[in-house]
Amino acid sequence: METAIVSKSIQERFPDAIVETKPEWICLKKEIFTPVLQFLKTGHLAFINLHCITAVDRQGSVEVVYHLYSFEHKWMLTIKVILLDSDLTIDSLTSLWSAANWLEREVFDLFGVKFTGHPDLRRILNPDTWSEHPLRKDFKRDGFIPRPVR
Amino acid sequence: MDYEELIINMGPQHPSTHGVLYLELKLDGEIVVDCRPNIGYLHRSIEKIAENRTFVQFMPFTDRLDYLASMNNNLGFCLTMEKLLQIEAPARAQYLRVIMAELNRVASHLFAVSTFAQDLGAYATPLFYALRDREKIVQIFDQICGQRLTYNYMRIGGVSADIPVGVDQLIRDFIIYERQMMAEYDDLLTNNVIFRARSKMIGVLSKESAIDHGVTGPNLRASGFKWDLRKDEPYLMYDQFDFNVPVGKNGDSWDRYNVRMLEIMESLKIIEQALNGLPEGDPVAKINKAYRPTGEIYVRTENPRGELGFYVVGDGNPFPYRLKIRAPSFSNLSVLTSLIRGLNISDAVCVLGSLDVVMGEIDR
Repeated sequence: METAIVSKSIQERFPDAIVETKPEWICLKKEIFTPVLQFLKTGHLAFINLHCITAVDRQGSVEVVYHLYSFEHKWMLTIKVILLDSDLTIDSLTSLWSAANWLEREVFDLFGVKFTGHPDLRRILNPDTWSEHPLRKDFKRDGFIPRPVR
Repeated sequence: MDYEELIINMGPQHPSTHGVLYLELKLDGEIVVDCRPNIGYLHRSIEKIAENRTFVQFMPFTDRLDYLASMNNNLGFCLTMEKLLQIEAPARAQYLRVIMAELNRVASHLFAVSTFAQDLGAYATPLFYALRDREKIVQIFDQICGQRLTYNYMRIGGVSADIPVGVDQLIRDFIIYERQMMAEYDDLLTNNVIFRARSKMIGVLSKESAIDHGVTGPNLRASGFKWDLRKDEPYLMYDQFDFNVPVGKNGDSWDRYNVRMLEIMESLKIIEQALNGLPEGDPVAKINKAYRPTGEIYVRTENPRGELGFYVVGDGNPFPYRLKIRAPSFSNLSVLTSLIRGLNISDAVCVLGSLDVVMGEIDR
């Protein structure tokens, strides 16, 4: 299996869903991202396992990263969706995978990404009363000094 | 007939929640109607700390994730970094890593099955038996790296030191000893009528539900899905060893216990083969340690509790731009609510014990 093969079969079904394809990952458009993931799960590629959801703060935008696994093909696929800081909302995948529930809560807690359609979007690791999102690069706090870039 | 629902707070400090886990249980009499697990009491922001440390400095933090399987966490991080930096560890280091990872798996599973027995009311005896055996492994690790819990033994490109003279004989003695002791555990627990009655068909997790929730490791195999990264996507030297992947039938608490017991025997088999095939050579590759990787990588390894994944993003600096730890217990715990609905509160404790979660890696 290769990313290019997956990318091609997505393109056949959803011609304008892909923003960019790299050997390591596929970047999808936020608007039609849920149907594409549904196709990846139920289609012939059989990515039935949602392994991990995480995010990377790119200062100005946040990349939400999904790792899907196919037991049939023994292959891991990385999907990225880029969200601008001005609009940190994305569709929830809880209707497709139960695993998304806690993983999305964690991304919400640490990055402040709002998952629309999530049944129980609360903080998971940090206290409910807190307002900050600690894994954002602009997070500042007494006693925490970000390392200078050399 | 009308009834009142009772909300009971179980934890954060509770002997059977395996760390600081807080469960809000909604009860109808003694039956669990709903459960809301609250986690985060052990949150030490390890992922944020990682962004402030070099890759070498981050190694000791991995010990503190799943503190019952430090060697396996070390291994996961080392393999991730080696794949990102395109380094290969020498053959001797790879064999030593297999031996340590499997010894730690035995220690971790011993702890898991004995605390599970304690949760079922077999108070103290199984736990003391298992800790007596685990102590032998801990003493072997003590001789190898000078630590008893947080080993920090592995390095990017190898292991920190070769094993001292005589330790391989200690490990061989332990294998013989542990095989005898496993027969004793079978008498004590596996063939125990009360133990079986308490755990059979309690908390049945179907194969489909397990995959849907992202459950991995022995809990997934207990549900009848034969999936082990060591076999299916071999890393290190695992493809050269002869071992079986035990699977369960029903996916109940008993199967989750039994799969772990069988895995101990398989791990002993792997250690024996690795010791016999241990090649000569350097225990660490000679490399420049000023790592400045670029790019990103996601690597998984088979931990005692499931698949541990590290997602590392490097931007050419000596410390990671982002480091995400995909903890197996996190996903394994998320299935708890659906398993214990409709069970007695005492059976809920049984299910939680059989899932074998460690809060250190859930909260990170």
